Amino acid sequence: MPPFFIITGIVTLLGAAFAMSLRNLVHCALAMAVAFSGIAALYLQLDAQFVGFAEILVYVGAIAILIVFAILLTRSGEAPEKSVLTSGWMAGIAVSAMVFTMLGWAVLNSSAIPKETPPAPVATVKNVGDALMTKFVLPLEIIGLVLTAAMIGAVIIALKEDSQKSKSEDGGQQ
Amino acid sequence: MFDKFDQIFVTALHWLVSFLPEGLRPFVSALICIAFVMSVFPGVFALTTVLERKILGRIQNRYGPNRVGIPFTKIRLCGFGQFIPDGIKSLTKEDIVPRAADKVVHFLAPVVMLVPVLLAYAVLPFGKHMTITDYDAGLLFFFAVGGAVEVSVFMAGWSSRNKYSLLGAMRAIAQMVSYEIPLILSAVTVVMVVGSLNLSEIVKHQNNYTFGIAHWHVFTPWGLVGFILFFIASLAESNRTPFDLPEAESEIIAGYFTEYSGFKFALFFLGEYLGMFAIIGLGITLFLGGWTSPVSFLTWIPSYLWFLSKLMTIVFVFIWIRGTLPRLRMDQLMNFAWKFMLPLALINILVAGIWHYMAADWPRWLVCSAIIFGAYAILGRGLMQNQNFGKRIYRYAE
Amino acid sequence: MTPLQACLLISALLFAIGFAGAVTRRHAILVLIGIELMLNAANLNLIAFWRFGPHPEALTGFIFVLFSMAMAGAEAAVGLALIIAIYRHKKTSNLDEVKELKG
Repeated sequence: MPPFFIITGIVTLLGAAFAMSLRNLVHCALAMAVAFSGIAALYLQLDAQFVGFAEILVYVGAIAILIVFAILLTRSGEAPEKSVLTSGWMAGIAVSAMVFTMLGWAVLNSSAIPKETPPAPVATVKNVGDALMTKFVLPLEIIGLVLTAAMIGAVIIALKEDSQKSKSEDGGQQ
Repeated sequence: MFDKFDQIFVTALHWLVSFLPEGLRPFVSALICIAFVMSVFPGVFALTTVLERKILGRIQNRYGPNRVGIPFTKIRLCGFGQFIPDGIKSLTKEDIVPRAADKVVHFLAPVVMLVPVLLAYAVLPFGKHMTITDYDAGLLFFFAVGGAVEVSVFMAGWSSRNKYSLLGAMRAIAQMVSYEIPLILSAVTVVMVVGSLNLSEIVKHQNNYTFGIAHWHVFTPWGLVGFILFFIASLAESNRTPFDLPEAESEIIAGYFTEYSGFKFALFFLGEYLGMFAIIGLGITLFLGGWTSPVSFLTWIPSYLWFLSKLMTIVFVFIWIRGTLPRLRMDQLMNFAWKFMLPLALINILVAGIWHYMAADWPRWLVCSAIIFGAYAILGRGLMQNQNFGKRIYRYAE
Repeated sequence: MTPLQACLLISALLFAIGFAGAVTRRHAILVLIGIELMLNAANLNLIAFWRFGPHPEALTGFIFVLFSMAMAGAEAAVGLALIIAIYRHKKTSNLDEVKELKG
């Protein structure tokens, strides 16, 4: 296993662990951004360049910023109250451990996983564009529609309802 | 013979790397390229700070700095040595961290700003065969790391626990996100016509000459509009006047880097200017022909000198605009981005498509120019009509 | 352990961490962060199988992940708008306190 892969994996997992366990919400959001960049680095090592760059653009550049704005707009940036965990947290951790054990066992002992590594695929932007325009053109159009609907929906949900018709532009990005 | 001058850096790199065994070559080559970028662009940054002060001074009818030439001597050099004492001052000032500040985030914010900005230089073609990493999706990489700068702006503003810093950071992020869209859409027109996201490919596409004039994208109707939109959006992305509300001294003291002093402030300043150079470099690559020369009888000048001179010309225009135009208010800025630049960028994409599919003759110039001019007139007139210059309406935050 | 198994283990662990956080934490935004981590784990899984599986030139896994990222963006936007709307209404973003439907 190349050492860079192990380091990237550890950074990603540490970022995710910190994102879920810190008390201060803004620190959680920043740890999540670190986890996303770690995942983007993993994509780059798996020869998926376009997806890696798109991950940084979409997740770190847009979704992390959205989450941070929402933390500020809901005034959750200050110190939290006594407990940050829900009442049934032990069951949650137990179920998550079970999920991981099952998945790990399945991965390590599966016979469906090929033993030899195929050569690196050629995922140039031209091939991706061709695939998007010929084989996957219907999902492309549908995703345009879904994104428009989500954008309009998010703006309408987060709109301030008061008598004076004032529009606010929060929550409507991406 | 002029080819040798042109490729002198590439041959030097290959010669230096040839001394090493095969395994180490990529790493050492990368290190030498990093050293090149880290020495040239901060040097250009130092020159630009002095140039900016002198040019702004002349625009404001005064001299800029004109005393400091070479330190410890009497040689004045018209004040171009000013960056040396400025740099020493920034490095030796006391590093004040507010007591209530979030120490780790406060420390990391300048670093998180500088790293993506320096990464962006990896895909710019500085000369012929002089791109550090020639990614297939190079343009997407550039915009991705541009988006990562916003996280650092938020980190700086929030960790200072200062309401002015936070306000400045929110405004800066809103501005950067709003202007990213016309920036990317005006770059999309170039991608459509060239057919590739690879930046070297885009420059090669502009390397043909008709009647001695190069086929730069800026010499086409969609390219001219695209370049103007890209230029305005890059002014906004670098937080330069007239879009510098988030960091202007008379508005919000210094915005998101109010609580930074000493070396961290110097890092922010460096990061901002390097970001400006990177985005101007991208604009040059996309619209102004990158490292190609405008006229065919001047191709003997080395390609990197062309890139550098175009960069300094656009930096001069940036400084000129800073000295000339007043600042835009936040809502005027957002209106401009969403209601004027975004529709114009979308219409520009349509025009680029029409250009690509019409025959290469004079009708397509007429049709494309007519559509763009009509769109500009309608949008401009339409938006100016909605301006009510009457009594002001106040909306309070809650 | 083949590289594919290493990638799948990382993605399984990431999924478990995201799931644990989404189910355990009280704040609504942290649940959303957990959901985003789970989505990313699934995307990593898809890319790993695309890279190491048969027929990577068909680009199926690749395109799936692009669409999945677009959907994640849309869902994050709508989810955060909902959290902001609930905060405006109930003045809290603590999931334990918004249990009843009664306004």
